[in-house]
Amino acid sequence: MTPERLAAFWVYLQTGPLFWLTLTLAAYLVAQALARSARMHPLINPVAIAVALLVTVLTLTRTPYERYFEGAQFVHFLLGPATVALAVPLWQHREAVRSALLPMVVALLVGSASAVVSAVAIAWALGASAATLVSLAPKSVTTPIAMAVAERVGGLPSLTAVLVIATGMLGAMTAGPLLDRLGVREPRARGFAVGLAAHGIGTARAFQESTLTGTFAAIAMAGNGVITALLVPALFAVLG
Amino acid sequence: MLLDLFLLLAFQLLGELLVFLLALPVPGPVVGLVLLFALCLIRRRVPATLETTARALLAHLSLLFVPAGVGVMLHFARIATEWPAILAALVLSTWIAVAVSGRLFAALLARTRASAAEDRP
Repeated sequence: MTPERLAAFWVYLQTGPLFWLTLTLAAYLVAQALARSARMHPLINPVAIAVALLVTVLTLTRTPYERYFEGAQFVHFLLGPATVALAVPLWQHREAVRSALLPMVVALLVGSASAVVSAVAIAWALGASAATLVSLAPKSVTTPIAMAVAERVGGLPSLTAVLVIATGMLGAMTAGPLLDRLGVREPRARGFAVGLAAHGIGTARAFQESTLTGTFAAIAMAGNGVITALLVPALFAVLG
Repeated sequence: MLLDLFLLLAFQLLGELLVFLLALPVPGPVVGLVLLFALCLIRRRVPATLETTARALLAHLSLLFVPAGVGVMLHFARIATEWPAILAALVLSTWIAVAVSGRLFAALLARTRASAAEDRP
């Protein structure tokens, strides 16, 4: 194969989703294999590794993000059905949910407010721009919800997506050791905390502890999604 | 498998429709989640093979965040100028949210268990 033909093939590949879609799965499989070989150490986060690999390839090939996303959007789209699918573990643990309903509602309201207010207050105190502040507010909730919320209050949805994912990785990496230090050993509370603060990436991590932990993470993630969607527009309406 | 995928998409669509019609401030997939949960409660079981499909989809939940995460490359300039504020806000706020919700929920759970024990003769 001559370099010219190879270049022509490369141009041809750019017209369809096949190449970047395949590469997204490949990067994730590599990242997952690395995480497994590190025995699922919380600091070896598969999302962080996959993102780093893909950004490197895109930068080296001078591929704009928009072209990458034309292929990767098929993976991104599945976030919607996956959110709906959370109804299944929720239903399977309905008894555990029912018995803890009131504590859950109270902890959701307080936890959700603490996540939003602390992020905005700290960034504001350190002089972040208005667009960054608004984009930061929904950082603890799952990407599709956070992006919709950011758009509603005049933030940058794509920046919000990045902040959300960074939060998820941070939460997945540090929530376990932090909860150990705080003496929180109750599996439902551990799951609840990581799901509330670090949405789906935290929930994925919580499912590695146990399905009960994972389910409470999923509940906190869904609940925080709903509350943040209501809270953030109200907060910015008050702040003007 | 096909029916399960249809169900998930149909509930998401139904969620989007309700959000549009009622001008709800909540995203469509979350309404879809609530509706599917309600269906499970009414029918007292998860539709057929949905359990397996949902488990397969949720097992790879973190993969689904990768395309949006790669979007970090669009914001390198902003992050380069504002990184101290962004980093401090993300790290501290995540720890605050974990600590507040974890401690509070654990304390509330312990209290409901204690009061349930008192109720018993």
